[in-house]
Amino acid sequence: MKARVTVTLKSGILDPQGKAIEGALKSLGVDGIASVRQGKVFDIEIAGSDTAKAETALKDAADKLLANTVIENYRVEVLG
Amino acid sequence: MKSAVLVFPGINRERDMARALKLASGHAPAMVWHAETSLPKGTDLVVVPGGFSYGDYLRCGAIAARSPVMDAVRGFASDGGLVLGVCNGFQILCEAGLLPGVLMRNARLKFICRDVHLRVERSDTPFTRGYNAGQIIRVPVAHGEGNYEADEETLKRLEGEGRVLYRYCSAEGIIDENSNINGAAQSIAGIVNERGNVLGMMPHPENHVEDIMGCTDGRGLFAGLVAHLERAA
Repeated sequence: MKARVTVTLKSGILDPQGKAIEGALKSLGVDGIASVRQGKVFDIEIAGSDTAKAETALKDAADKLLANTVIENYRVEVLG
Repeated sequence: MKSAVLVFPGINRERDMARALKLASGHAPAMVWHAETSLPKGTDLVVVPGGFSYGDYLRCGAIAARSPVMDAVRGFASDGGLVLGVCNGFQILCEAGLLPGVLMRNARLKFICRDVHLRVERSDTPFTRGYNAGQIIRVPVAHGEGNYEADEETLKRLEGEGRVLYRYCSAEGIIDENSNINGAAQSIAGIVNERGNVLGMMPHPENHVEDIMGCTDGRGLFAGLVAHLERAA
C-alpha cells in the first residue's frame, strides 16, 4: 500500500523559506499569490494491507520523527 | 572534570571541542559514539558538539536526537549531570526535548560564519561562572539555522526564570535588530533548561580558547565548568 505523510508549519510560526519563495514568485510575475508556506511530503510504502494498522504506524512515525510537533502539524493518508 | 563528547555521523567540531576541554581541564574527554547505550562511568559533563549530524536531513539534529546514546544523556541530565550543546548540539538538544523551542532557518536565509558578540546575562550558573554578569565576549558562529523560536509562554518563562544565559549584541553590548544576527526571539544565543544543568548555545566558545585563534573569550565557559565541578567535588 502507498501512504503519504504531509508535514506543515503551524500557523503563526515564521517561515523564512516560504517568504523567500513568495517573493521569488512575485518577482517572476506570477499573479494572484497571497502567501506561501513551505512543508514536506513523505511518500511511504506500507508493508501489508491493514489500513488501520498502517494509520497507527504512520502516526507513530510522524510523532516520533517526521514532524517536530512543537512547530509542525502533520496529516496521514493511506492511499491504497 | 571528566567529560564525554558525543560523536554522530556528520559531526565535525568534536575535535575542536575535545581540544578546548583538555586545555581547560587537563584531561582529554572520552569520545562517545552515537550507538553507545551508556556514558563512561564518572562522567561530569556531556558535550554535544557542532557539525552537521546526518547532513541536517529532515530537520537539523532530528535524527541524532533519536540515537541510542541520547537515552543515556536524558538519564544523565535527569540525575542533574551537566550537558552542553553547541550549534548542531543545541539543535539536537531541542529535538531531543531536553531544551524547549526550536532553531529555525536564519531570518535572512544566509549561512552566517563570523565572529559575533554575546552578552553574558548572569554569572551564577555552572555555564557562566567564568564570566561577569553583563560581560561582552567575542566568539564565532557558523550556522544556517540558529534562529531560536518558542511559543510566547515558553519565552516568558525563559526570561522570567533567568534562563537566557547568552544574548547576541554589538561590540558595545547593544542588543537590537542589527546585532541579532539570525533573527532569534529576544536575541537568544543560549538557554538552559528548567533545572539549569543543560545549556544549548549556537556560538562556538571552543573556537576562541587559544592565543593562536586570535581571541580567548571562550575560555571562561570551560574554566567556569571546571571550577564548578571542582567546588562540587
